Amino acid sequence: MSTVAVPMMSAPPGRRQAVMERIMAAGFALPALLLLLLTILVPLGVLAYLSFTDYELGAVDVNYVGLSNITSALTDPTFRRALTNTLIYVAIVLPGSVILSLLVAVLVHRRKRTRSLYEIIYFLPVTSTFIAMATVWQFVLHPSLGPISAALRWLGIGEIAFLSDPSLALPTLAVIGIWQLIGFNMVLFLAGLSTIPKDLYEAAEIDGCGGEIDRFMTITWPLLGPTTMFVIVTSSITAFKVFDTVAVLTHGGPGGSTEVLLYDIYLEGFQYFRMAYAAVLTFIFLIFILVFSILQTVVMDRKVHY
Amino acid sequence: MAKVELHNLRKSFGSAEVLSDINLSIKDGEFLTLVGPSGCGKSTLIRIIAGLEPQTSGSISIDDQSIDHLRPHERRVAMVFQSYALYPHMSVFSNIALPLTMTALNLYERLPLIKLLSPRRRKIMKQIGEEVKAIAAQLQIEPLLGRKPAQLSGGQRQRVALGRAMVRHPAAFLMDEPLSNLDAKLRVHMRSELAELHQRLGSTFIYVTHDQVEAMTMSDRVAMMDAGKILQLGTPDELYARPANIKVAQFIGSPTINLLPARVGQDGQVELSGKPLPIRANLTEGSNITIGIRPEALQPEIVTHTLPHQASLPVHLRRSEHLGSEKILYFGVPDVEDLTVTSRVAASVPDASLKITNLAFDPSACHLFDGNGERIEVAAVASGRQSANIDKRFLPTGSHVS
Repeated sequence: MSTVAVPMMSAPPGRRQAVMERIMAAGFALPALLLLLLTILVPLGVLAYLSFTDYELGAVDVNYVGLSNITSALTDPTFRRALTNTLIYVAIVLPGSVILSLLVAVLVHRRKRTRSLYEIIYFLPVTSTFIAMATVWQFVLHPSLGPISAALRWLGIGEIAFLSDPSLALPTLAVIGIWQLIGFNMVLFLAGLSTIPKDLYEAAEIDGCGGEIDRFMTITWPLLGPTTMFVIVTSSITAFKVFDTVAVLTHGGPGGSTEVLLYDIYLEGFQYFRMAYAAVLTFIFLIFILVFSILQTVVMDRKVHY
Repeated sequence: MAKVELHNLRKSFGSAEVLSDINLSIKDGEFLTLVGPSGCGKSTLIRIIAGLEPQTSGSISIDDQSIDHLRPHERRVAMVFQSYALYPHMSVFSNIALPLTMTALNLYERLPLIKLLSPRRRKIMKQIGEEVKAIAAQLQIEPLLGRKPAQLSGGQRQRVALGRAMVRHPAAFLMDEPLSNLDAKLRVHMRSELAELHQRLGSTFIYVTHDQVEAMTMSDRVAMMDAGKILQLGTPDELYARPANIKVAQFIGSPTINLLPARVGQDGQVELSGKPLPIRANLTEGSNITIGIRPEALQPEIVTHTLPHQASLPVHLRRSEHLGSEKILYFGVPDVEDLTVTSRVAASVPDASLKITNLAFDPSACHLFDGNGERIEVAAVASGRQSANIDKRFLPTGSHVS
């Protein structure tokens, strides 16, 4: 008579395997988790901690000051102006860049042989460093030397000081912002356009959508919904982060008319060395970005899916 | 209701000619199928009729009126696409209603928000709503009207696409492989449903498919196309019984027709692997021809008890496929490598009797094709025809052996 040895184990084999799998899974996730901690969560924690102190760059001791940084930020006229300017900037750049890039994408999408040429032309501003392009813009917008002023003089309008007129400086920067964004948004829209099946347009044509407007309203626009939402959110975040044009072209001037959030943070932190105060402003800035991102996920999930 | 006529229609893309000189007259209420292998130009042809593609030359008329200058939606035709082409962002209701809203409402009445200002719109939309519901009831998709296409199964989408075509009451329905995205079972079901729909509506249907079964089962007439030409136009029966071209013979019928290389001997006597057959063809001695025999016309000896007038071919069994009610037998022919001869017999024929046998066939069941693949008529069947003494037990169902 032969007996079969039954191994006695603390856990049945199925359960042991499940535990092993969990450990394995955690092991695989660990490097990513560590990176996330080191690069995002820990700095955020430090930022939060700094917000409640009076830390200045190079200071030896740090004191806890409670909410005083936050209250002074909310009552600071410079910060308020920066926030208002940023929101005005976003309000101009967002519709401008989204509508224009959609228009450009629809037009470029129809080109067959010249399509890649146009793509390159519109995408150039995205690839070039703005610091270098700023010189060009400074020349183009120069009140006496620039070609725009020359054209305006020829039309009899006269010179316009785009960057030194307090009422024009921010809109001018917004126009440059639109110029910077169009290429990128156009590529996103082009990608969206190429996912629309061709036979939908054909079906629409048979069903009576013969005209351009009808085709755009019935097929193109609704089917670009997800792309448009994505473009709106990324564009608003990019616009909200406006910094380089201000730092290079106007330094917040004239008379603070182009002071924006990120430039204010930069000044507080790296020019006045008030790190703790800059940390608070950064937190407020991050909250805005977070709102945009939440908006994206919520709207993307609910509305534009079909 | 309309007759559709194509006159000398040509289409070329650059230097490549995809349609050459197509002449076709489709009768009022007819179900005409364009069938052929992929790339034969059948889809291009239907797209030209729809107005989605301009023809290079030639003209199209519906009820004797030229439609060449008309845009797709002005042509009174509706199209069902292979992919269904339903608008994914619209409900089933809006999908079906779209052709009507586009014609009944003006641009302002279709613009978002602004459309709400029009009192006329509400009245029209009510009428449209009733019409859509009537169509949906016909297709039994009423409960689906509120859903989006993504929430529907393949068969349901197919019905919605049909509904969108029907709602316009078009002069002709154009269908571009509408069943090829469905699974096999549903395809068979939709086939009969489409045929019924055609009978009920009585409209002209122009149907494109690469599936010969669809062509054979649904159509009044079939136009078999290849390389931009119509090879044969006729009823399904005609295409099966008298294929005008070797390509038609090969394409129509399943299992595929047997093609045996043969040559013409003395006095036009047809010789199959050196042995004369009791048929003659009016061709010069030495011409190479091809004999086509349908699998059901080739029967093993056990079934036919070879008769004097019948020809026979010695074969050995390679493989047999049991299909339940019948069997498909694959035979090898001695001395002719790579040639497989197929025979369709009743399932009751025992394999054991088929190891080495003779396949008997009535010479009059042979289709002869010349070197260019064109049909040549059998000039004479040598010996007088007698009624065959066939063991009916072993015949596959639906086969005609005289």
